[in-house]
Amino acid sequence: MLDTTQSPPLLDVRGVTLQYKTREHLVTATYRVDFSVQRSDRFILLGPSGCGKSTLLKAVGGYMAPTEGEIQLKGHRIIRPGPDRMMVFQEFDQLLPWKTVRQNVVFALETSGKLKGRAADEKAMQYIQKVHLDRFADAYPHTLSGGMKQRVAIARGMAMEPDILLMDEPFAALDALTRQRMQEELLMLWEETKFTVLFVTHSIPEAVKIGNRILLLSPHPGQVKAELNSVPANSDPAIAAALEARIHDMLFVDRVEEEVHV
Amino acid sequence: MSDTASDTALPDIALRPEIIQTPRGAQDFGIVQKKLTVFERLYNQAWLRKTLLIVVLLVVWELYARHLDNPLLVPTFTDTITAWWDGIVSGVLPERALASLQVLAIGFSAGVVLAFILTVLAITTRIGTDFLETMTAMFNPLPAIALLPLALIWFGLGIGSLVFVLVHSVLWAVALNTHAGFRGVSQTLRMVGRNYGLSGLKLVLRILIPAAFPSILAGLKIGWAFAWRTLIAAELVFGVASGKGGLGWYIFESKNELDIPEVFAGLLTIIMIGLLVENVVFRTIENRTVRRWGMQS
Repeated sequence: MLDTTQSPPLLDVRGVTLQYKTREHLVTATYRVDFSVQRSDRFILLGPSGCGKSTLLKAVGGYMAPTEGEIQLKGHRIIRPGPDRMMVFQEFDQLLPWKTVRQNVVFALETSGKLKGRAADEKAMQYIQKVHLDRFADAYPHTLSGGMKQRVAIARGMAMEPDILLMDEPFAALDALTRQRMQEELLMLWEETKFTVLFVTHSIPEAVKIGNRILLLSPHPGQVKAELNSVPANSDPAIAAALEARIHDMLFVDRVEEEVHV
Repeated sequence: MSDTASDTALPDIALRPEIIQTPRGAQDFGIVQKKLTVFERLYNQAWLRKTLLIVVLLVVWELYARHLDNPLLVPTFTDTITAWWDGIVSGVLPERALASLQVLAIGFSAGVVLAFILTVLAITTRIGTDFLETMTAMFNPLPAIALLPLALIWFGLGIGSLVFVLVHSVLWAVALNTHAGFRGVSQTLRMVGRNYGLSGLKLVLRILIPAAFPSILAGLKIGWAFAWRTLIAAELVFGVASGKGGLGWYIFESKNELDIPEVFAGLLTIIMIGLLVENVVFRTIENRTVRRWGMQS
Protein backbone atom coordinates (compact mmCIF):
# COMPACT_ATOMS: atom_id res chain seq x y z
CA MET A 1 0.00 0.00 0.00
CA LEU A 2 2.93 2.26 0.65
CA ASP A 3 4.80 1.88 -2.63
CA THR A 4 2.10 1.38 -5.23
CA THR A 5 3.40 3.66 -7.96
CA GLN A 6 6.97 2.64 -8.61
CA SER A 7 6.34 1.60 -12.23
CA PRO A 8 4.15 3.70 -14.55
CA PRO A 9 0.61 2.30 -14.43
CA LEU A 10 -0.84 0.29 -17.32
CA LEU A 11 -4.14 2.09 -17.11
CA ASP A 12 -4.42 5.55 -15.65
CA VAL A 13 -7.78 7.15 -14.91
CA ARG A 14 -7.43 10.77 -13.80
CA GLY A 15 -10.27 12.98 -12.62
CA VAL A 16 -12.80 11.33 -14.89
CA THR A 17 -16.29 12.77 -14.91
CA LEU A 18 -18.75 10.91 -17.11
CA GLN A 19 -22.09 12.25 -18.23
CA TYR A 20 -24.66 10.80 -20.56
CA LYS A 21 -27.97 12.01 -21.85
CA THR A 22 -31.23 10.17 -21.50
CA ARG A 23 -34.31 11.38 -23.30
CA GLU A 24 -35.02 13.99 -20.65
CA HIS A 25 -32.01 14.28 -18.36
CA LEU A 26 -28.32 14.84 -18.38
CA VAL A 27 -27.02 12.27 -15.91
CA THR A 28 -23.66 12.49 -14.19
CA ALA A 29 -22.56 8.89 -13.82
CA THR A 30 -19.19 9.44 -12.15
CA TYR A 31 -17.53 12.51 -10.66
CA ARG A 32 -13.75 13.01 -10.78
CA VAL A 33 -12.76 9.40 -10.36
CA ASP A 34 -9.05 8.58 -10.02
CA PHE A 35 -7.44 5.18 -10.03
CA SER A 36 -4.65 3.38 -11.75
CA VAL A 37 -4.24 -0.26 -12.70
CA GLN A 38 -0.87 -2.00 -12.69
CA ARG A 39 0.10 -4.87 -14.97
CA SER A 40 -1.39 -8.21 -13.85
CA ASP A 41 -3.80 -6.49 -11.50
CA ARG A 42 -7.20 -8.00 -10.88
CA PHE A 43 -8.77 -4.63 -10.33
CA ILE A 44 -12.37 -4.52 -9.16
CA LEU A 45 -14.83 -1.68 -9.56
CA LEU A 46 -17.34 -2.31 -6.77
CA GLY A 47 -20.41 -0.37 -5.87
CA PRO A 48 -24.19 -0.45 -5.65
CA SER A 49 -26.27 0.01 -8.78
CA GLY A 50 -26.17 3.61 -9.97
CA CYS A 51 -22.55 4.20 -9.00
CA GLY A 52 -21.50 4.43 -12.64
CA LYS A 53 -19.15 1.46 -12.54
CA SER A 54 -20.38 0.03 -15.86
CA THR A 55 -20.27 3.50 -17.43
CA LEU A 56 -16.70 3.84 -16.21
CA LEU A 57 -15.83 0.51 -17.83
CA LYS A 58 -17.44 1.65 -21.10
CA ALA A 59 -15.32 4.80 -20.99
CA VAL A 60 -12.18 2.68 -20.54
CA GLY A 61 -13.44 0.57 -23.45
CA GLY A 62 -13.56 3.77 -25.51
CA TYR A 63 -17.31 3.70 -26.05
CA MET A 64 -17.82 7.11 -24.43
CA ALA A 65 -15.60 10.11 -23.87
CA PRO A 66 -15.17 11.68 -20.44
CA THR A 67 -16.54 15.21 -20.07
CA GLU A 68 -13.70 15.95 -17.72
CA GLY A 69 -10.41 14.20 -17.01
CA GLU A 70 -8.49 11.67 -19.03
CA ILE A 71 -8.05 7.93 -19.40
CA GLN A 72 -4.67 6.65 -20.57
CA LEU A 73 -3.61 3.16 -21.52
CA LYS A 74 0.17 2.71 -21.62
CA GLY A 75 0.54 6.48 -21.76
CA HIS A 76 -1.81 6.89 -24.72
CA ARG A 77 -5.14 8.59 -24.39
CA ILE A 78 -8.15 6.37 -25.08
CA ILE A 79 -10.34 7.84 -27.77
CA ARG A 80 -12.12 4.91 -29.43
CA PRO A 81 -12.81 1.19 -28.88
CA GLY A 82 -10.02 -1.11 -29.88
CA PRO A 83 -8.80 -4.70 -29.60
CA ASP A 84 -6.16 -3.73 -27.02
CA ARG A 85 -9.05 -3.54 -24.52
CA MET A 86 -11.31 -6.58 -24.89
CA MET A 87 -14.74 -6.40 -23.31
CA VAL A 88 -16.56 -9.33 -21.75
CA PHE A 89 -20.19 -8.38 -21.26
CA GLN A 90 -22.85 -9.67 -18.91
CA GLU A 91 -25.28 -10.43 -21.72
CA PHE A 92 -25.27 -13.91 -23.25
CA ASP A 93 -25.88 -12.45 -26.72
CA GLN A 94 -22.37 -11.08 -26.94
CA LEU A 95 -21.35 -14.05 -29.11
CA LEU A 96 -22.11 -13.77 -32.81
CA PRO A 97 -24.94 -16.28 -33.26
CA TRP A 98 -24.03 -16.95 -36.90
CA LYS A 99 -20.61 -18.24 -35.97
CA THR A 100 -19.54 -21.37 -34.10
CA VAL A 101 -17.51 -21.15 -30.92
CA ARG A 102 -14.26 -21.53 -32.84
CA GLN A 103 -15.34 -19.09 -35.56
CA ASN A 104 -16.30 -16.54 -32.94
CA VAL A 105 -12.78 -16.50 -31.55
CA VAL A 106 -11.14 -16.68 -34.99
CA PHE A 107 -13.35 -13.84 -36.27
CA ALA A 108 -12.17 -11.62 -33.41
CA LEU A 109 -8.52 -12.39 -34.16
CA GLU A 110 -8.87 -11.93 -37.91
CA THR A 111 -11.04 -8.80 -38.07
CA SER A 112 -8.86 -6.98 -35.59
CA GLY A 113 -5.89 -7.90 -37.78
CA LYS A 114 -4.12 -9.72 -34.97
CA LEU A 115 -3.66 -13.09 -36.67
CA LYS A 116 -4.69 -14.71 -39.94
CA GLY A 117 -5.63 -18.19 -41.16
CA ARG A 118 -3.96 -21.17 -39.46
CA ALA A 119 -2.29 -19.08 -36.80
CA ALA A 120 -5.65 -17.56 -35.81
CA ASP A 121 -7.26 -20.99 -35.72
CA GLU A 122 -4.51 -22.45 -33.55
CA LYS A 123 -4.60 -19.53 -31.14
CA ALA A 124 -8.40 -19.82 -30.93
CA MET A 125 -8.29 -23.55 -30.16
CA GLN A 126 -5.58 -23.01 -27.58
CA TYR A 127 -7.81 -20.66 -25.60
CA ILE A 128 -10.97 -22.69 -26.18
CA GLN A 129 -9.12 -25.59 -24.59
CA LYS A 130 -8.15 -23.37 -21.67
CA VAL A 131 -11.84 -22.85 -20.88
CA HIS A 132 -12.53 -26.59 -21.44
CA LEU A 133 -14.81 -26.12 -24.43
CA ASP A 134 -12.81 -27.99 -27.08
CA ARG A 135 -15.65 -30.51 -27.39
CA PHE A 136 -17.99 -27.67 -28.34
CA ALA A 137 -15.63 -25.83 -30.67
CA ASP A 138 -17.91 -26.37 -33.66
CA ALA A 139 -21.21 -25.78 -31.87
CA TYR A 140 -23.32 -22.70 -32.48
CA PRO A 141 -23.82 -20.41 -29.47
CA HIS A 142 -27.57 -21.09 -29.20
CA THR A 143 -26.83 -24.70 -28.29
CA LEU A 144 -24.67 -23.69 -25.31
CA SER A 145 -25.67 -22.99 -21.70
CA GLY A 146 -25.26 -19.52 -20.21
CA GLY A 147 -22.08 -20.47 -18.39
CA MET A 148 -20.56 -21.96 -21.53
CA LYS A 149 -21.36 -18.82 -23.50
CA GLN A 150 -19.59 -16.71 -20.90
CA ARG A 151 -16.59 -19.06 -21.06
CA VAL A 152 -16.45 -18.57 -24.83
CA ALA A 153 -16.58 -14.81 -24.34
CA ILE A 154 -13.71 -15.05 -21.85
CA ALA A 155 -11.74 -17.29 -24.21
CA ARG A 156 -12.34 -14.81 -27.01
CA GLY A 157 -11.19 -11.92 -24.85
CA MET A 158 -8.08 -13.77 -23.69
CA ALA A 159 -7.17 -15.10 -27.13
CA MET A 160 -6.83 -11.52 -28.32
CA GLU A 161 -4.16 -11.12 -25.64
CA PRO A 162 -5.23 -7.54 -24.95
CA ASP A 163 -3.38 -5.13 -22.69
CA ILE A 164 -6.33 -5.27 -20.37
CA LEU A 165 -9.48 -7.40 -20.16
CA LEU A 166 -12.61 -5.45 -19.28
CA MET A 167 -15.31 -7.55 -17.62
CA ASP A 168 -18.74 -6.08 -17.00
CA GLU A 169 -20.43 -8.30 -14.39
CA PRO A 170 -19.76 -11.35 -16.58
CA PHE A 171 -21.15 -13.84 -14.07
CA ALA A 172 -24.14 -11.85 -12.81
CA ALA A 173 -26.68 -13.64 -15.00
CA LEU A 174 -25.50 -17.13 -14.01
CA ASP A 175 -26.91 -19.42 -11.34
CA ALA A 176 -25.04 -19.48 -8.03
CA LEU A 177 -23.21 -22.78 -8.57
CA THR A 178 -22.06 -21.96 -12.10
CA ARG A 179 -21.06 -18.53 -10.94
CA GLN A 180 -18.83 -19.91 -8.21
CA ARG A 181 -17.18 -22.35 -10.61
CA MET A 182 -16.59 -19.59 -13.16
CA GLN A 183 -14.95 -17.42 -10.52
CA GLU A 184 -12.59 -20.24 -9.65
CA GLU A 185 -11.85 -20.92 -13.31
CA LEU A 186 -11.09 -17.25 -13.91
CA LEU A 187 -8.59 -17.28 -11.04
CA MET A 188 -6.97 -20.42 -12.44
CA LEU A 189 -6.68 -18.80 -15.87
CA TRP A 190 -5.11 -15.78 -14.24
CA GLU A 191 -2.55 -18.04 -12.52
CA GLU A 192 -1.59 -19.35 -15.96
CA THR A 193 -1.19 -16.12 -17.90
CA LYS A 194 -1.31 -13.32 -15.32
CA PHE A 195 -3.45 -11.14 -17.56
CA THR A 196 -4.62 -7.72 -16.38
CA VAL A 197 -8.33 -7.46 -15.75
CA LEU A 198 -10.66 -4.64 -14.81
CA PHE A 199 -13.73 -6.31 -13.34
CA VAL A 200 -17.05 -4.67 -12.54
CA THR A 201 -19.32 -6.23 -9.94
CA HIS A 202 -21.88 -5.31 -7.32
CA SER A 203 -21.22 -8.43 -5.28
CA ILE A 204 -18.91 -7.91 -2.31
CA PRO A 205 -17.94 -11.62 -1.97
CA GLU A 206 -17.15 -11.76 -5.69
CA ALA A 207 -14.97 -8.65 -5.40
CA VAL A 208 -13.06 -10.07 -2.45
CA LYS A 209 -12.68 -13.45 -4.11
CA ILE A 210 -11.57 -12.31 -7.56
CA GLY A 211 -9.76 -9.03 -6.99
CA ASN A 212 -6.38 -8.12 -5.61
CA ARG A 213 -7.38 -4.46 -5.47
CA ILE A 214 -10.88 -3.12 -4.99
CA LEU A 215 -12.16 0.35 -5.84
CA LEU A 216 -15.26 1.26 -3.85
CA LEU A 217 -17.62 3.71 -5.50
CA SER A 218 -20.45 5.65 -3.94
CA PRO A 219 -23.71 6.04 -5.87
CA HIS A 220 -25.31 9.04 -7.65
CA PRO A 221 -22.84 10.03 -9.00
CA GLY A 222 -20.00 7.55 -8.60
CA GLN A 223 -17.12 8.88 -6.58
CA VAL A 224 -14.18 7.00 -5.17
CA LYS A 225 -14.90 5.99 -1.63
CA ALA A 226 -11.90 3.80 -1.02
CA GLU A 227 -9.30 1.73 -2.77
CA LEU A 228 -8.56 -1.41 -0.81
CA ASN A 229 -6.29 -4.41 -1.10
CA SER A 230 -8.09 -7.71 -1.14
CA VAL A 231 -6.94 -10.79 0.72
CA PRO A 232 -4.68 -13.41 -0.94
CA ALA A 233 -6.58 -16.17 -2.70
CA ASN A 234 -5.86 -19.03 -0.26
CA SER A 235 -6.02 -17.11 3.00
CA ASP A 236 -8.19 -17.83 6.00
CA PRO A 237 -11.92 -17.51 5.15
CA ALA A 238 -12.31 -15.49 8.35
CA ILE A 239 -10.00 -12.77 6.98
CA ALA A 240 -12.00 -12.62 3.76
CA ALA A 241 -15.22 -12.45 5.77
CA ALA A 242 -13.79 -9.61 7.84
CA LEU A 243 -12.93 -7.66 4.69
CA GLU A 244 -16.38 -8.34 3.27
CA ALA A 245 -17.94 -7.02 6.48
CA ARG A 246 -15.71 -3.94 6.36
CA ILE A 247 -16.69 -3.20 2.74
CA HIS A 248 -20.30 -3.87 3.57
CA ASP A 249 -20.18 -1.32 6.37
CA MET A 250 -18.59 1.27 4.09
CA LEU A 251 -21.30 0.79 1.49
CA PHE A 252 -24.04 0.52 4.08
CA VAL A 253 -23.39 4.07 5.31
CA ASP A 254 -24.59 5.24 1.92
CA ARG A 255 -27.69 3.12 2.09
CA VAL A 256 -28.75 4.80 5.33
CA GLU A 257 -28.06 8.27 3.95
CA GLU A 258 -29.98 7.45 0.83
CA GLU A 259 -32.98 6.27 2.79
CA VAL A 260 -32.91 9.46 4.85
CA HIS A 261 -32.89 11.52 1.65
CA VAL A 262 -35.75 9.58 0.19
CA MET B 1 -52.07 -22.41 24.60
CA SER B 2 -49.66 -21.68 21.82
CA ASP B 3 -46.90 -23.29 23.84
CA THR B 4 -48.72 -26.56 24.17
CA ALA B 5 -49.70 -26.46 20.50
CA SER B 6 -46.10 -26.13 19.38
CA ASP B 7 -45.05 -28.78 21.89
CA THR B 8 -47.45 -31.30 20.44
CA ALA B 9 -46.92 -30.18 16.83
CA LEU B 10 -43.16 -30.71 16.88
CA PRO B 11 -43.10 -34.47 17.65
CA ASP B 12 -45.90 -34.96 15.09
CA ILE B 13 -43.75 -33.58 12.30
CA ALA B 14 -40.76 -35.61 13.37
CA LEU B 15 -42.81 -38.77 13.62
CA ARG B 16 -43.91 -38.92 10.00
CA PRO B 17 -42.54 -42.14 8.54
CA GLU B 18 -40.09 -42.03 5.66
CA ILE B 19 -40.99 -43.57 2.34
CA ILE B 20 -38.50 -45.58 0.36
CA GLN B 21 -39.42 -47.37 -2.83
CA THR B 22 -37.60 -49.29 -5.51
CA PRO B 23 -38.61 -48.57 -9.12
CA ARG B 24 -40.20 -51.56 -10.81
CA GLY B 25 -38.74 -53.29 -13.82
CA ALA B 26 -40.09 -52.82 -17.31
CA GLN B 27 -41.77 -56.22 -17.30
CA ASP B 28 -44.34 -54.95 -14.75
CA PHE B 29 -45.88 -52.30 -16.98
CA GLY B 30 -46.66 -52.43 -20.65
CA ILE B 31 -45.13 -49.72 -22.76
CA VAL B 32 -41.88 -47.87 -22.22
CA GLN B 33 -41.47 -46.83 -25.80
CA LYS B 34 -43.47 -48.15 -28.72
CA LYS B 35 -43.32 -47.22 -32.34
CA LEU B 36 -46.38 -45.46 -33.69
CA THR B 37 -48.32 -47.26 -36.36
CA VAL B 38 -47.38 -46.64 -39.99
CA PHE B 39 -50.51 -44.56 -40.51
CA GLU B 40 -49.84 -42.39 -37.45
CA ARG B 41 -46.28 -41.75 -38.59
CA LEU B 42 -47.35 -40.88 -42.14
CA TYR B 43 -50.09 -38.60 -40.87
CA ASN B 44 -47.48 -36.68 -38.84
CA GLN B 45 -45.73 -35.63 -42.05
CA ALA B 46 -46.93 -32.13 -42.93
CA TRP B 47 -46.04 -32.41 -46.61
CA LEU B 48 -48.06 -35.60 -46.93
CA ARG B 49 -51.12 -34.03 -45.37
CA LYS B 50 -50.79 -31.03 -47.66
CA THR B 51 -50.35 -33.20 -50.74
CA LEU B 52 -53.46 -35.11 -49.74
CA LEU B 53 -55.34 -31.84 -49.42
CA ILE B 54 -54.23 -30.73 -52.90
CA VAL B 55 -55.27 -34.07 -54.40
CA VAL B 56 -58.71 -33.71 -52.85
CA LEU B 57 -59.06 -30.18 -54.25
CA LEU B 58 -57.96 -31.35 -57.70
CA VAL B 59 -60.55 -34.11 -57.65
CA VAL B 60 -63.24 -31.59 -56.67
CA TRP B 61 -62.11 -29.32 -59.52
CA GLU B 62 -62.16 -32.15 -62.03
CA LEU B 63 -65.62 -33.31 -60.98
CA TYR B 64 -67.07 -29.80 -60.95
CA ALA B 65 -65.60 -28.94 -64.39
CA ARG B 66 -67.01 -32.14 -65.87
CA HIS B 67 -70.35 -31.44 -64.31
CA LEU B 68 -70.30 -27.87 -65.68
CA ASP B 69 -69.08 -29.07 -69.08
CA ASN B 70 -68.09 -25.61 -70.32
CA PRO B 71 -64.35 -25.44 -71.19
CA LEU B 72 -64.67 -21.70 -71.92
CA LEU B 73 -65.46 -21.01 -68.27
CA VAL B 74 -63.76 -23.77 -66.33
CA PRO B 75 -61.66 -26.35 -68.15
CA THR B 76 -61.13 -29.65 -66.40
CA PHE B 77 -57.94 -30.38 -64.53
CA THR B 78 -56.94 -32.96 -67.12
CA ASP B 79 -57.38 -30.43 -69.93
CA THR B 80 -55.31 -27.92 -68.01
CA ILE B 81 -52.55 -30.42 -67.31
CA THR B 82 -52.56 -31.49 -70.96
CA ALA B 83 -52.30 -27.88 -72.11
CA TRP B 84 -49.53 -27.33 -69.57
CA TRP B 85 -47.64 -30.38 -70.71
CA ASP B 86 -48.00 -29.36 -74.35
CA GLY B 87 -46.72 -25.92 -73.44
CA ILE B 88 -43.72 -27.44 -71.70
CA VAL B 89 -42.92 -29.86 -74.51
CA SER B 90 -43.26 -27.25 -77.24
CA GLY B 91 -40.94 -25.02 -75.22
CA VAL B 92 -43.34 -22.09 -75.16
CA LEU B 93 -44.03 -22.13 -71.42
CA PRO B 94 -40.38 -22.51 -70.31
CA GLU B 95 -39.43 -19.71 -72.69
CA ARG B 96 -42.12 -17.40 -71.34
CA ALA B 97 -41.33 -18.31 -67.75
CA LEU B 98 -37.64 -17.64 -68.38
CA ALA B 99 -38.46 -14.27 -69.94
CA SER B 100 -40.47 -13.34 -66.85
CA LEU B 101 -37.80 -14.56 -64.46
CA GLN B 102 -35.09 -12.63 -66.27
CA VAL B 103 -36.94 -9.36 -65.93
CA LEU B 104 -37.73 -10.26 -62.34
CA ALA B 105 -34.07 -10.95 -61.54
CA ILE B 106 -33.00 -7.58 -62.93
CA GLY B 107 -35.74 -5.66 -61.11
CA PHE B 108 -35.36 -7.61 -57.87
CA SER B 109 -31.60 -7.20 -57.63
CA ALA B 110 -31.75 -3.53 -58.55
CA GLY B 111 -34.39 -3.02 -55.85
CA VAL B 112 -32.32 -4.88 -53.25
CA VAL B 113 -29.17 -2.89 -54.06
CA LEU B 114 -31.08 0.39 -53.81
CA ALA B 115 -32.70 -0.75 -50.56
CA PHE B 116 -29.26 -1.58 -49.18
CA ILE B 117 -27.88 1.85 -50.07
CA LEU B 118 -30.91 3.61 -48.57
CA THR B 119 -30.73 1.57 -45.37
CA VAL B 120 -27.02 2.09 -44.88
CA LEU B 121 -27.57 5.84 -45.28
CA ALA B 122 -30.45 5.58 -42.84
CA ILE B 123 -28.42 3.96 -40.07
CA THR B 124 -25.34 6.13 -40.54
CA THR B 125 -27.01 9.55 -40.69
CA ARG B 126 -30.07 10.99 -39.04
CA ILE B 127 -31.18 12.77 -42.20
CA GLY B 128 -30.88 9.39 -43.98
CA THR B 129 -33.27 7.91 -41.42
CA ASP B 130 -35.73 10.72 -42.00
CA PHE B 131 -35.43 10.29 -45.76
CA LEU B 132 -36.04 6.54 -45.62
CA GLU B 133 -38.94 6.87 -43.20
CA THR B 134 -40.64 9.56 -45.26
CA MET B 135 -40.13 7.76 -48.54
CA THR B 136 -41.37 4.40 -47.25
CA ALA B 137 -44.36 6.06 -45.63
CA MET B 138 -45.23 7.68 -48.94
CA PHE B 139 -44.44 4.96 -51.45
CA ASN B 140 -44.96 1.68 -49.61
CA PRO B 141 -48.77 1.92 -49.83
CA LEU B 142 -48.61 2.93 -53.50
CA PRO B 143 -49.36 -0.10 -55.73
CA ALA B 144 -46.61 -0.60 -58.28
CA ILE B 145 -49.14 -1.12 -61.06
CA ALA B 146 -50.40 2.43 -60.56
CA LEU B 147 -46.99 3.63 -61.69
CA LEU B 148 -47.08 1.70 -64.99
CA PRO B 149 -48.63 4.46 -67.13
CA LEU B 150 -46.01 6.87 -65.84
CA ALA B 151 -43.28 4.30 -66.40
CA LEU B 152 -44.39 3.89 -70.01
CA ILE B 153 -44.07 7.61 -70.60
CA TRP B 154 -40.66 7.76 -68.95
CA PHE B 155 -39.08 4.52 -70.15
CA GLY B 156 -41.22 3.64 -73.15
CA LEU B 157 -42.43 0.20 -74.09
CA GLY B 158 -40.03 -2.49 -72.99
CA ILE B 159 -38.08 -3.94 -70.14
CA GLY B 160 -37.26 -0.52 -68.70
CA SER B 161 -40.81 0.15 -67.56
CA LEU B 162 -41.17 -3.32 -66.08
CA VAL B 163 -37.90 -3.00 -64.15
CA PHE B 164 -39.02 0.40 -62.87
CA VAL B 165 -42.25 -0.94 -61.36
CA LEU B 166 -40.41 -3.99 -60.02
CA VAL B 167 -37.86 -1.82 -58.26
CA HIS B 168 -40.68 0.15 -56.76
CA SER B 169 -42.42 -2.98 -55.49
CA VAL B 170 -39.23 -4.48 -53.98
CA LEU B 171 -37.41 -1.42 -52.69
CA TRP B 172 -39.70 -0.21 -49.91
CA ALA B 173 -40.57 -3.59 -48.47
CA VAL B 174 -36.94 -4.68 -48.30
CA ALA B 175 -35.68 -1.31 -47.04
CA LEU B 176 -38.32 -1.16 -44.33
CA ASN B 177 -37.56 -4.65 -43.05
CA THR B 178 -33.79 -4.26 -43.27
CA HIS B 179 -33.92 -0.97 -41.43
CA ALA B 180 -36.10 -2.46 -38.69
CA GLY B 181 -33.66 -5.38 -38.49
CA PHE B 182 -30.64 -3.09 -38.17
CA ARG B 183 -32.29 -1.09 -35.42
CA GLY B 184 -33.11 -4.30 -33.60
CA VAL B 185 -29.48 -5.44 -33.39
CA SER B 186 -28.54 -5.44 -29.73
CA GLN B 187 -26.26 -2.75 -28.37
CA THR B 188 -23.99 -5.50 -27.05
CA LEU B 189 -23.35 -6.94 -30.52
CA ARG B 190 -22.58 -3.49 -31.90
CA MET B 191 -20.14 -2.90 -29.08
CA VAL B 192 -18.52 -6.28 -29.73
CA GLY B 193 -18.02 -5.29 -33.38
CA ARG B 194 -16.56 -1.92 -32.47
CA ASN B 195 -14.32 -3.65 -29.96
CA TYR B 196 -12.68 -5.47 -32.90
CA GLY B 197 -12.02 -2.08 -34.48
CA LEU B 198 -14.93 -2.31 -36.95
CA SER B 199 -16.79 0.83 -37.92
CA GLY B 200 -18.84 2.30 -40.76
CA LEU B 201 -19.52 0.05 -43.71
CA LYS B 202 -17.36 -2.76 -42.30
CA LEU B 203 -19.50 -2.85 -39.16
CA VAL B 204 -22.63 -2.97 -41.32
CA LEU B 205 -21.33 -5.80 -43.52
CA ARG B 206 -19.74 -7.98 -40.85
CA ILE B 207 -22.00 -7.45 -37.85
CA LEU B 208 -25.28 -5.71 -38.65
CA ILE B 209 -26.26 -7.66 -41.78
CA PRO B 210 -25.78 -11.13 -40.30
CA ALA B 211 -27.30 -10.03 -36.99
CA ALA B 212 -30.34 -8.58 -38.75
CA PHE B 213 -30.56 -11.45 -41.22
CA PRO B 214 -33.93 -12.82 -40.02
CA SER B 215 -35.56 -9.44 -40.76
CA ILE B 216 -33.67 -9.01 -44.01
CA LEU B 217 -34.78 -12.44 -45.17
CA ALA B 218 -38.38 -11.65 -44.25
CA GLY B 219 -38.07 -8.45 -46.28
CA LEU B 220 -36.66 -10.33 -49.25
CA LYS B 221 -39.55 -12.81 -49.10
CA ILE B 222 -42.13 -10.03 -49.05
CA GLY B 223 -40.24 -8.21 -51.79
CA TRP B 224 -40.16 -11.33 -53.94
CA ALA B 225 -43.89 -11.91 -53.56
CA PHE B 226 -44.66 -8.26 -54.39
CA ALA B 227 -42.34 -8.33 -57.39
CA TRP B 228 -43.72 -11.58 -58.79
CA ARG B 229 -47.31 -10.37 -58.59
CA THR B 230 -46.44 -6.96 -59.99
CA LEU B 231 -44.53 -8.45 -62.88
CA ILE B 232 -47.30 -10.80 -63.97
CA ALA B 233 -49.87 -8.02 -63.69
CA ALA B 234 -47.68 -5.58 -65.60
CA GLU B 235 -47.09 -8.13 -68.34
CA LEU B 236 -50.80 -8.75 -68.59
CA VAL B 237 -51.37 -5.08 -69.21
CA PHE B 238 -48.29 -4.05 -71.16
CA GLY B 239 -46.49 -7.31 -71.82
CA VAL B 240 -46.85 -6.92 -75.57
CA ALA B 241 -44.30 -4.17 -75.30
CA SER B 242 -41.37 -6.18 -74.12
CA GLY B 243 -40.45 -7.91 -77.38
CA LYS B 244 -40.55 -11.47 -76.08
CA GLY B 245 -43.45 -11.73 -73.70
CA GLY B 246 -43.46 -13.35 -70.29
CA LEU B 247 -46.02 -15.51 -68.50
CA GLY B 248 -48.47 -12.66 -68.09
CA TRP B 249 -48.39 -12.03 -71.82
CA TYR B 250 -48.85 -15.78 -72.42
CA ILE B 251 -52.06 -15.70 -70.37
CA PHE B 252 -53.25 -12.57 -72.15
CA GLU B 253 -52.59 -14.08 -75.57
CA SER B 254 -54.30 -17.37 -74.73
CA LYS B 255 -57.33 -15.53 -73.42
CA ASN B 256 -57.60 -13.61 -76.69
CA GLU B 257 -57.54 -16.91 -78.54
CA LEU B 258 -60.17 -18.23 -76.13
CA ASP B 259 -57.82 -21.09 -75.27
CA ILE B 260 -58.88 -21.22 -71.62
CA PRO B 261 -56.98 -24.41 -70.73
CA GLU B 262 -53.83 -22.51 -71.73
CA VAL B 263 -54.84 -19.61 -69.50
CA PHE B 264 -55.14 -22.11 -66.65
CA ALA B 265 -51.81 -23.67 -67.62
CA GLY B 266 -50.22 -20.20 -67.41
CA LEU B 267 -51.72 -19.61 -63.97
CA LEU B 268 -50.55 -23.05 -62.87
CA THR B 269 -47.00 -22.21 -63.94
CA ILE B 270 -47.09 -18.95 -61.99
CA ILE B 271 -48.27 -20.80 -58.88
CA MET B 272 -45.64 -23.49 -59.32
CA ILE B 273 -42.80 -21.00 -59.67
CA GLY B 274 -44.11 -19.18 -56.61
CA LEU B 275 -44.19 -22.38 -54.58
CA LEU B 276 -40.75 -23.37 -55.81
CA VAL B 277 -39.14 -20.08 -54.80
CA GLU B 278 -40.92 -20.01 -51.45
CA ASN B 279 -40.42 -23.65 -50.46
CA VAL B 280 -37.11 -24.48 -52.10
CA VAL B 281 -35.06 -21.31 -52.51
CA PHE B 282 -36.10 -19.39 -49.40
CA ARG B 283 -36.54 -22.52 -47.28
CA THR B 284 -33.02 -23.63 -48.12
CA ILE B 285 -31.59 -20.22 -47.28
CA GLU B 286 -33.51 -20.26 -43.99
CA ASN B 287 -32.33 -23.71 -43.05
CA ARG B 288 -28.72 -22.87 -43.78
CA THR B 289 -28.74 -19.55 -41.97
CA VAL B 290 -31.22 -18.32 -39.40
CA ARG B 291 -32.44 -21.77 -38.33
CA ARG B 292 -28.93 -23.14 -38.04
CA TRP B 293 -27.88 -20.12 -36.00
CA GLY B 294 -30.86 -20.50 -33.67
CA MET B 295 -32.13 -17.04 -34.61
CA GLN B 296 -35.47 -18.47 -35.78
CA SER B 297 -37.15 -21.69 -34.81
